[in-house]
Amino acid sequence: MKLKFIGAIGLAAMLAACADDQNKADVTGTGAAVQPTGPVPGSEADLVANVGDRVFFALNKSGLSDDAQATLEKQAAWLAKYPQVAVQVAGNCDDRGTEEYNLALGQRRANSARDFLVAKGTESSRITTISYGKDRPTDPGTGEEAWAQNRNAITSVQ
Amino acid sequence: MSRLTSADFISDRTAEALAATFGRRALMGSGVAGLAVAAMPLDGMAADAPEAEITVDQARTAPIPIVIPSFGGDVGSRITGVMTDDLNNTGLFKVISGSAATGTPDFSALKGMGAHAAVTGSVTGGGTIRVEFRLWDVLTGQQLQGTAYTASSANWRRIAHIMGDVIYERMLGEKGYFDTRIGLIARSGALRNPDMRLAIMDQDGANYRVLGKGQAKLPSFNPTRDQIALLSYSGPKPRIFLFDLDSGRQRILSDFPGIPLGPHFSPDGGTLLVPVAHGSGSDIYSVSVASGAVRQLTSSGGAINVSPSFSPDGSKIAFTSDRGGSPAIYIMGAGGGDAKRISYGNGKYEECTWSPRGDLLGFTRIGGGFFLGVMNPDGTGERIMTQGYTVESPTFCPNGRVLAFSRSGPGGSGASIGTIDITGFHERTIHTPTGAISPTWSPRNV
Repeated sequence: MKLKFIGAIGLAAMLAACADDQNKADVTGTGAAVQPTGPVPGSEADLVANVGDRVFFALNKSGLSDDAQATLEKQAAWLAKYPQVAVQVAGNCDDRGTEEYNLALGQRRANSARDFLVAKGTESSRITTISYGKDRPTDPGTGEEAWAQNRNAITSVQ
Repeated sequence: MSRLTSADFISDRTAEALAATFGRRALMGSGVAGLAVAAMPLDGMAADAPEAEITVDQARTAPIPIVIPSFGGDVGSRITGVMTDDLNNTGLFKVISGSAATGTPDFSALKGMGAHAAVTGSVTGGGTIRVEFRLWDVLTGQQLQGTAYTASSANWRRIAHIMGDVIYERMLGEKGYFDTRIGLIARSGALRNPDMRLAIMDQDGANYRVLGKGQAKLPSFNPTRDQIALLSYSGPKPRIFLFDLDSGRQRILSDFPGIPLGPHFSPDGGTLLVPVAHGSGSDIYSVSVASGAVRQLTSSGGAINVSPSFSPDGSKIAFTSDRGGSPAIYIMGAGGGDAKRISYGNGKYEECTWSPRGDLLGFTRIGGGFFLGVMNPDGTGERIMTQGYTVESPTFCPNGRVLAFSRSGPGGSGASIGTIDITGFHERTIHTPTGAISPTWSPRNV
């Protein structure tokens, strides 16, 4: 047991070290280290700029596409890197549904994203969920392009 | 906020005192608008009339011509103006102005004008007004109704609506809905993050006022018209609040095993139906208003179950569910359990609401646009009344003849509340100061 425990700590330390190395390499490569205006690591802005804060869904669906899973994997890795960060996952819908049904559908989407993050190792205690239904459209226009933008789950730092 | 002004208190007390003086029951409304009116029959003038033979369906194609002259003076003209609008807006009456407002009408002259009925009346007093009102059957020359209403002059609109309801009932044989109000969500600010507050107005849009502090959704009027339940987003997580219209105070209703969605009052006011989101779906729970005790009514393994609505006798619940793949309307017993699907048309049926008459379900159907319709509770007789980019949130007036609903454009733009009668005629928009969604029509005053 003790050995396994140490092993797990060691593995986590190695992963963290790798992540740090990766990050340093990126920073060096882009020269971002000398820019004082870059996002504060572990911040909302960092999440938006360097990870991706949202995933998108098909019409009336809450299943995660390959793109959505890739984004959520990056979010899980980012959350592992900043263990003090708590997030909210907000589910949203296009305006092709009714108020109450969309609240339920948005919650289904938020839970779908939350469950994926938890499966990838994020502690469920660090994630809250909420649904705004169709009340907070990213693009308040009409047409498939706008609706696709609005069917999402947005992760934000609390 | 709904803080009462001293004038409101005075008007209530005045009306109560007057009611006591006359030994009559005051028609007490909510303190929010200080609505109190005392009514008494006019001595020796009241007479029972034979049952009216006109039905609403016949009247739709031939509105009843009725003469309503001004009751005189500023207040009198405003009162008869509101009565005229109420009756004309139904499409069931055609109000003719003119003629004299006092004395026994000249029935032969009224017949010559094509009138079937006529109103006479007067207004006296200042701070407290007395409105005398008589309704006459032109063809028989009989007085159908004679009543004097006494109230604070601030309540002149309510007197007008009450008299309109008397005319509606005496001429059509069923109770009217003019003396009712509509709860709603006032929507303002940026479409991407709108401010959403509880508001209330008379059914004709007058006396509009915003009540809540913010971020409220899906209001539901209780049967005694003194409380509105709503879904509040004012805290860190959504909760169900009971907003008391008299005091302006609100309390949290209970905790739920998940995230609550919209509350829906039972016909007796003792229970709220609340869908609660958990896992990948939402199940319908009933909650005791008195104790907060929660009971689960559906358990359909991750399906969405929303928009529950009791039948008026309280024995059944209609709701929408995607348990069959696409949202459709189902009916189950009031205690939950097995549910029977009743809607089979194309598209998604995402909302349903039971008429207070019990004969129809109002619904929202989506597919190539939004459609508002009614069907029989067994799923037959589906009729679409209106359509648009978004038409939703149907709510019946107390006699089941008219639906209010919300209509909006892309992203919730241009949100407004409209009304339409169940035959699909007489669609109107109620003008509100800001965007308006999620109407909930109050029951009749009792």
